Amino acid sequence: MDFNDTPEQAKFRAKCREWLEANAELKENKSGGHADSTLEDHLKVAKAWQQKKYEAGWAMLHWPKEYGGIEASPIERIIWGQEEAKFNVPGGIFEIGLGMCGPVMMQYATEDQKDRYLAPMAEGKEIWCQLFSEPAAGSDVAGLRSKAERDGDDWIINGQKVWTSGAHYSDFGILVVRHDPNLAKHKGLTFFFVDMKSPGITVKPIKQITGQAGTGAGFNEVYFDDVRIPDSQRLGEIGDGWKVAITTLMNERLAVGDARGSDIEEALILSKTKDDAGEAMIKNDSVREKLADWFCEANGLKYTKFRTISALSKGEAPGPEASITKIVSANKLQEIGNFGIDSDDMAGMLIDENDGVSSFQGAWLGAPGLRIAGGTDEILRNVIAERVLGLPQDPRADKGLAFKDIPTKA
Amino acid sequence: MNLDFSDDQKFLQDEAKKFFDKEGGLANARAVMDNSLEGDEKLWQKIIELGWTGVRIPEDYDGLGLGHLELCVIAEELGRSLAPVPFSSSVYFFTEALIKFANEEIKSELLPKLVSGDAVGTYGIAEDTHQATESNLSVTVTSEKISGIKIAVPDAGIASHMILVVKSESGTDLRLVDLDDTSVTVTPQKNLDTSRAFFKVEFKDTPSKLLGETGKGWTYIQHLLDQAAVLFAFEQVGGSQAALDMAKAYSMERFAFGRQIGSYQAIKHKLADMYIAVTLAKSNCYYGAWALSSESAELPLAAATARVSATKAFQLCSKENIQTHGGNGFTWEYDCHLFYKRSKVLSVLLGSEATWKEKLVSNLEKINTLAKG
Repeated sequence: MDFNDTPEQAKFRAKCREWLEANAELKENKSGGHADSTLEDHLKVAKAWQQKKYEAGWAMLHWPKEYGGIEASPIERIIWGQEEAKFNVPGGIFEIGLGMCGPVMMQYATEDQKDRYLAPMAEGKEIWCQLFSEPAAGSDVAGLRSKAERDGDDWIINGQKVWTSGAHYSDFGILVVRHDPNLAKHKGLTFFFVDMKSPGITVKPIKQITGQAGTGAGFNEVYFDDVRIPDSQRLGEIGDGWKVAITTLMNERLAVGDARGSDIEEALILSKTKDDAGEAMIKNDSVREKLADWFCEANGLKYTKFRTISALSKGEAPGPEASITKIVSANKLQEIGNFGIDSDDMAGMLIDENDGVSSFQGAWLGAPGLRIAGGTDEILRNVIAERVLGLPQDPRADKGLAFKDIPTKA
Repeated sequence: MNLDFSDDQKFLQDEAKKFFDKEGGLANARAVMDNSLEGDEKLWQKIIELGWTGVRIPEDYDGLGLGHLELCVIAEELGRSLAPVPFSSSVYFFTEALIKFANEEIKSELLPKLVSGDAVGTYGIAEDTHQATESNLSVTVTSEKISGIKIAVPDAGIASHMILVVKSESGTDLRLVDLDDTSVTVTPQKNLDTSRAFFKVEFKDTPSKLLGETGKGWTYIQHLLDQAAVLFAFEQVGGSQAALDMAKAYSMERFAFGRQIGSYQAIKHKLADMYIAVTLAKSNCYYGAWALSSESAELPLAAATARVSATKAFQLCSKENIQTHGGNGFTWEYDCHLFYKRSKVLSVLLGSEATWKEKLVSNLEKINTLAKG
C-alpha cells in the first residue's frame, strides 16, 4: 500500500504541471476560486482558457484520437483534474458538452455532423447543454411528455424542459422527446440535437432557493413552441431515445460526485477558533462528537476515492464503492452548513453586509439542491440496493401500459 | 496510488474465508454459545496449524515473518465468521507486545511457543466499570510482584500468559505474568456474548517481568490499543458485511403482501444505508492498514477513525439485520443475535465508541491543516 504515482503517472503529472505552470496561476489559498464579475466576463475567460487547452491538447483528454483527443486513461484524467484544480482557472461551462454531448455525437451523428460540431465544442467556441428533465419527469425521467411530431423531413417539438444547466448561454443541446404516446413509456422516445437559437425556444432562468438566477452554470426552464428540428439531427433510431439517453445519464451520475463546499476542515477551524461561552467550541462535547462523525465520513469518502483510483491505476474496473459519494457528501454538507450557522447563535441568520453569504450559509442553502441533482438521495439508495446489492425492482404501476394510459393524478 | 492489498494478501484472505466456511462458519460460535464453552479449541488448533498465530513473528522465532497487512485480511475473515478463538487477544495484543517491547530472553522463550500453540496470551487493562486511565489504576507492582484485580479479561481461561498495565513506582509499567502461577486466580465472568469468554483475574504477589522500560507502560498500551483498533476494525467490517449479506439474502426469500420484502423501498433504503456504512468503514480501515503497516505517525488518528467508523457500521448492520428478519430475527434459532452480540462486545472491548471519538478529536486538535481529499 502506498499513495505514490507509478513512474508513468508521475511523468504524466509532471507534464500536466509544467504546462499549467506556464499557462495559469496557482491558487494562492485553497478556498480561492475564480472570481467572475459578470456572466459575460466569466464566459469570455472560460472560452479563452478552453481554447488555450485545445491548442495544447489538454481540452478533451479522453476523446478518441480521430476527434483530437489523446485517449487518456481514467487515471490520467484524474491526474489532470487534480493538477488543474490547484490553479486559478475557470470551470463549469464545458463539462456537459465534452463529457456527455460529445460522446453521444461521436456514436450517433453522421461524419459530416461530427466534422461540423465536435471541433468547435472541444475548442470552446460552442457550448452545449442537456435537455432531459421536465416538470413532470424528474426521478422518473422516462415519463417525459414533450412531443415530437413528424412533418416531412422535420420534427415539430412542443413542451417544456427544466433544470437545464447553462441553457441560457448554450449554442446547442441534446434533447429527448416523445414521438408516440401510444407506445410504452420507454419505447416512445426519440433523441435529437437542437440549435438553441431555433425559433420557438424560450429560455427562462430558474430562481433557486439561494436567491440566485442565471448566474454561473445556473439552471433554466426551456420552452419549445413549434420548434422545427430536421430529421437529420436525430441521434439513433426512432424509438431508441431511452437507450441513447441512459448512457449520458450514467455519465452525469459519475460527474456530479462530490458535493463541494464547507467540509470537516472548515468545521474544525471554526471549532478551534470560535469562542463559545469563554472557551473554544471544540471544548464542547457535543461539538467533538459531531467533528468525529464528520471526520469519519469525510475520511471514508477520501479513501473510498483512493480505492477507486487504485483500481483504475492498475487498469482494473473499480468496484461499486463510489456509488455512496453523493449521498454522504451532500448530507454532510447540509449538516456542516447548519453547524456553522448555529455557531453564531442568535445572530446566525444575519448575512454579512460586506462579505455576503458565508461559506456555511452557502453550504446550507445549496445542499438541498445537491441532495436532488443527478439522482435524489432516494433514487441513489434504490440504485445501491438494486444494482450493487441485487435486490428486486419495485413492482411498477406503469408496466405494460401505453404512455397515454399511465395515471398522472388521483 | 495503490490503496489495495497485494495479490498474495488477497489470496490469503480468500484462503481464510474458505477455511472458516469449511470449518462450519457461524456454527462454531453457536456451539460455543449453546454449550457454555470458553472457545472452540479444535478450531483454534487448526488456526495454529495454518501458522496464523505466527504471521507477524519473525522467522528466527519460527514465525512466518509477514507484515500487518496479512493480519488485516485474516482479521476481516475472523470477523465475518465470528470465530470463537483467542486470536485477537493472543495475536493482536500479546504477540505484538512481545515483538515490540520484550527483551531477547522473553522473545526466545515465548515467541516460538506462540507459534506452536504451547503458549496463548491475553491482556488486562480494565479494573472496574469506569474507563481505565493512567491515574486510576489500582493493580500495582512492588518488587516485581503484582497484586490486584483485572476484569473483563478476554480468553484468560485458555491463555497461559498475560500482559497488563500496572501502577509502579515510576508511573505505569507494562508487565508480563504467567497465568499458571499458583498466586493467580482466574474466574469466569458472565457476559452478553457467550460465544466469547471473559474473566476476572486476581493477582496476589504474582511474579512478573517488565516489558520495555519502567514508567512507560501507559504509552506502550496506547500504542498497542491503536494497533489493535485497526485489526478489530477489520473484524468489525467482516462482521458488518456478513450481517448485510444475511439481511440481503433474507429480504430476497421472504414474501409479504405478495412480494419479496427486498422489493420494498423501506427495506432497500435500510440495506443501502448499511452498505454505505460498511463502505465508509472499509475505506477507513484501508487508511488504518496503511498507517499500521507503514508505522506512520498518523496511526493514532487513522486507528481511531477506522475504529469509530467500523464500530458504527457493525452496530448498524447487526441491529438492522434483526429488524429485516422481523420476528424470526428475535429468535435464538436464527443467527442474527450472534452478530448483534458480537458487535456489542467488539464495540466496548477496546473502549467505547465515545472513548475512541474522543481520541479521534484530540488527534485532530493536534493537526493544523488537513489534507483535502
